[in-house]
Amino acid sequence: MNKEKTLKDIVGELHDGMVIGVGGWGPRRKPMALIREILRSDLKDLTLVAYGGPEAGMLCAAGKVKKLIYGFVSLDLIPIEPYFRKMREAGSVEVAELDEGLLLLGLKAAGQRLPFLPTRVGLGSDVMTYNPGFKTVKSPYDDGEVLLAMPALELDVALIHTTRADRLGNTQTDGPDPYFDELFARAAKKTYVTTELLVDRLDKDYSDKAKSSLFERYLVSGVSETPLGAHPTTSHDAYGWDMKHLQTYAASAAEEGGWQKFFDEYLAGDEKSYLERVGGEAGIRALPIPTF
Amino acid sequence: MTAAKDFTLAELIVVAAAEAWRHDGELLAVGIGPLPRLGVSLAKLTFAPGLMLTDGEAMAVEDPVPLGPRGDYQPRYSGWMPYGRVFDSVWSGRRHAMVTPVQVDRFAQGNISALGPFEKPKVQMLGVRGFPGNSINHKNSMFLPNHSKRTFIEGEVDVVASVGFSPKRWQDGMDRSKIEIGMIVTDLCVFDFNGPDHAAQVLSLHPGITFEQVQAATGFPLLQAASMNTTAAPTEEQLAIIRRLDPHNIRATVLKGNPPGIRTAA
Repeated sequence: MNKEKTLKDIVGELHDGMVIGVGGWGPRRKPMALIREILRSDLKDLTLVAYGGPEAGMLCAAGKVKKLIYGFVSLDLIPIEPYFRKMREAGSVEVAELDEGLLLLGLKAAGQRLPFLPTRVGLGSDVMTYNPGFKTVKSPYDDGEVLLAMPALELDVALIHTTRADRLGNTQTDGPDPYFDELFARAAKKTYVTTELLVDRLDKDYSDKAKSSLFERYLVSGVSETPLGAHPTTSHDAYGWDMKHLQTYAASAAEEGGWQKFFDEYLAGDEKSYLERVGGEAGIRALPIPTF
Repeated sequence: MTAAKDFTLAELIVVAAAEAWRHDGELLAVGIGPLPRLGVSLAKLTFAPGLMLTDGEAMAVEDPVPLGPRGDYQPRYSGWMPYGRVFDSVWSGRRHAMVTPVQVDRFAQGNISALGPFEKPKVQMLGVRGFPGNSINHKNSMFLPNHSKRTFIEGEVDVVASVGFSPKRWQDGMDRSKIEIGMIVTDLCVFDFNGPDHAAQVLSLHPGITFEQVQAATGFPLLQAASMNTTAAPTEEQLAIIRRLDPHNIRATVLKGNPPGIRTAA
């Protein structure tokens, strides 16, 4: 069994109109190498589901997104993702703005193969107004409480960046927070993983790190070795986010034709040329892990 | 405990904000932004030792982490608090956050999502983030650095991100009992929504500010709490703790012009 694939192989298995979930959280541990490969492809009409960071803004900027389902879209120190803001203020993409916890519950329902999960989250807020498809459900017990039935968010694929993986599809993820990668993987028909380091068997050399595995290998359909593949987002414990590069990216949103210029300058080539243009391996590995 | 004579408005606000958590006992306490974070840290170190804090990422700490670049300071971790556990704390009600909405209305509803029509906002802001879930599950206090009719608005907020007491937002059978609005701390006063029918009532006026000034800067009617007084000045002991928690004086950058704590009539 060998699940190793190239970025091109993985993107070749994606189709127009798919519902794609992306792991990570804002500018943290995003599978950016895979996102860049999608940006170089002719995929379109995607529905994107994410705790969004630069991947959401870039895919919107490139016209790949038909619908964006998000808990937020932020670059943290740049609180509102610049192309997300632009897209919203132009009203150019259909959106479903969810409470962060509702996104979690929707993924959880999909992973459990349930139609919905009941919750109080969202009631009384405009989440109900602007997601007109949401329905409530009445508790069948004596309390009779009326709750939101948060519908399952079923994904065609999940894209997730990890620290280490093996060719069998086992993964390990360092860093203080697993975010909700597990739920994205469980909600998806197929999960494709990018990784800083790919080995034949994690049990041989990283047996002591087994607890850092976030989900089962039966969920994983393909693995691609992409060292520094989360740049410009943080990948614990290897490198921090590249705020300078994200500022350059953000500034491009204010320019006429800025996205095309940014794409041509940084993204149009392959991963090797991308990494050279953004400071090279030494430069990226020197980016400090941010503290708060 | 000697009241200080020389302090900034930001320091007065930190001390006032700390009071929000006084009676919370043991729960996850979060102050978002420099002044609320200093407030919750001060509360923890002085009168509310049960509060649980984080390092701003995914670890629990017993000693509040100072603001800004850490230098040689190394936080010590007492536990693990990844986002998954934060949501579990939110939904169990064992959390109290102080947040900063851009708009707040008479129903205590808050907006951080967008200004103007949602479909095509005039100004896209953060989105609702965790506000709907937080506000229906646990206590929330607020800090608004610029008390005005643009922040405390006359009508309803443009997008209801954090829920409140607007009757038309609720149907029979929905449980509103877990909504709890704590203290609203601003650059002019401290108020809450614990008047009759959740009316806003002023608890204390910052030194040099009159009730009339506050009412004139608020888009909805305010009551005066029976015990309304002047916001307490920081003590020298409190100021020493604040300086230690904020070695780079980030608190001086929060309010325009870093005004003094005691304002004299213009």
